[in-house]
Amino acid sequence: MDTVAMDRALTRMAHEIVERSEDIGKIALVGIQGGGVRLAQRLAAKLHEIVGKSVPCGMLDITMHRDDLSLRKKPPVARQTNIQFDVTGKHIIFVDDVLYTGRSTRAAMSEITDFGRPARIQLAVLVDRGHRELPIRADYVGKNIPTSKEQKVRVLADEVIVE
Amino acid sequence: MNWNRKDLITIQDLQPEEIVHILDTALTFEEVGHRDVKKVPALRGKTLVNLFIEPSTRTRTSFELAAHRLSADIVNITATASSISKGETLKDTALNLQALHADIIVIRHSSAGAAKFLADRLDVSVINAGDGAHEHPTQALLDAFTIRQKKGRIAGLNVTILGDILYSRVARSNIHLLTKLGARVTLAGPSTLVPRVFEQLGCRVCYNVEEAIADADVINLLRIQHERQRQTMFPSIGEYASIFGLTKERFARTKPDALIMHPGPINRGVEIDSDLADCKRSVILQQVSHGLSVRMAVLYLCAGAQPAEEAA
Repeated sequence: MDTVAMDRALTRMAHEIVERSEDIGKIALVGIQGGGVRLAQRLAAKLHEIVGKSVPCGMLDITMHRDDLSLRKKPPVARQTNIQFDVTGKHIIFVDDVLYTGRSTRAAMSEITDFGRPARIQLAVLVDRGHRELPIRADYVGKNIPTSKEQKVRVLADEVIVE
Repeated sequence: MNWNRKDLITIQDLQPEEIVHILDTALTFEEVGHRDVKKVPALRGKTLVNLFIEPSTRTRTSFELAAHRLSADIVNITATASSISKGETLKDTALNLQALHADIIVIRHSSAGAAKFLADRLDVSVINAGDGAHEHPTQALLDAFTIRQKKGRIAGLNVTILGDILYSRVARSNIHLLTKLGARVTLAGPSTLVPRVFEQLGCRVCYNVEEAIADADVINLLRIQHERQRQTMFPSIGEYASIFGLTKERFARTKPDALIMHPGPINRGVEIDSDLADCKRSVILQQVSHGLSVRMAVLYLCAGAQPAEEAA
């Protein structure tokens, strides 16, 4: 996935978000640390272009809500959470780079409720690579890329590489 | 940054990068304190024991709240309410706690080296919450966190520690931390409590308060540790206050943005003028708040660093 394809995918996702939203004023984007933050900001910019007003955009670090903390030998590095708006009643859209097992999304859902009670939570991902381990699916997908578990999906600033 | 330590015993042992990693991690926990639900499940199912052989309110409460906010289970043990008063040794008490499947022991003890003694003998995480006049690592970390929040950096700052240095574990931990991160440390107080030997740790030693605080960016005041002094080290409290106390007149001649810090408990009218303790440039209560975030970071990192076999 190159620069152009990635930008088109984000544009289409932004249009889908607008099309499916009942009240654009309630939408708030939350990027999942680390790959989702930059994508959330890009989606927010595109939504601003389309609807002409800014959409709240925050970032969420799910490290403390991971379900594998006690299985790891070293504590994962915690990153910044910054949500400057009241999530209660909002239509929250999580933005992440890659949807894989679904465990990050599970952690994000449990963490966001510590900030309040969103009216609805949706999920937007740039790449869905399959291999879900939980009953979770994305509402907005940039590209479905079937992969094997041995492969790695790297999302860079302007392209996606499967290796 | 890879964190590999299951114990936090001294600042002296830590690399500068490890100190910065703790401070960075504490920043993420600082945010948790501002949420509706001030709790994360990171240490769910872990058990923390507060083993306080020497009295403390601030540090013990801070560790207790930090553990609660990480969803750990917590037990408090004090010397008088335990079998230590029946003659049980520290090692046996700790081995019993380990046999009860404790995951983290936070220890405060009046003997220097008590935390290291346990860490060398136990598989569980051991966190030093103050050992005699040796070290109090989490206090130095929360002081550094506060300085970084207020000044944006530590390197290049002038930090003056004023008071009872000789008997202070807070001073020792602070000296190690601040010099490792590139601050210039000045120690001041009565010569009986500030021996020249501290110059070997890379500090300036100064017996004139005005001179010691003239160019300070941070003034960290310490209480006189009466409980540790074998004899009186200065003529009287009144004399100490008039010669070494931070008075309004003295503070007025410092840099306009100098901060006042104090690890508590404060003795108003002795080491600090009562009004100064409450003034805008005093960050004493913010230190207490930051202590919670820093201790959450330390517990998270040390508990998470245990090998998987042990954690299971």
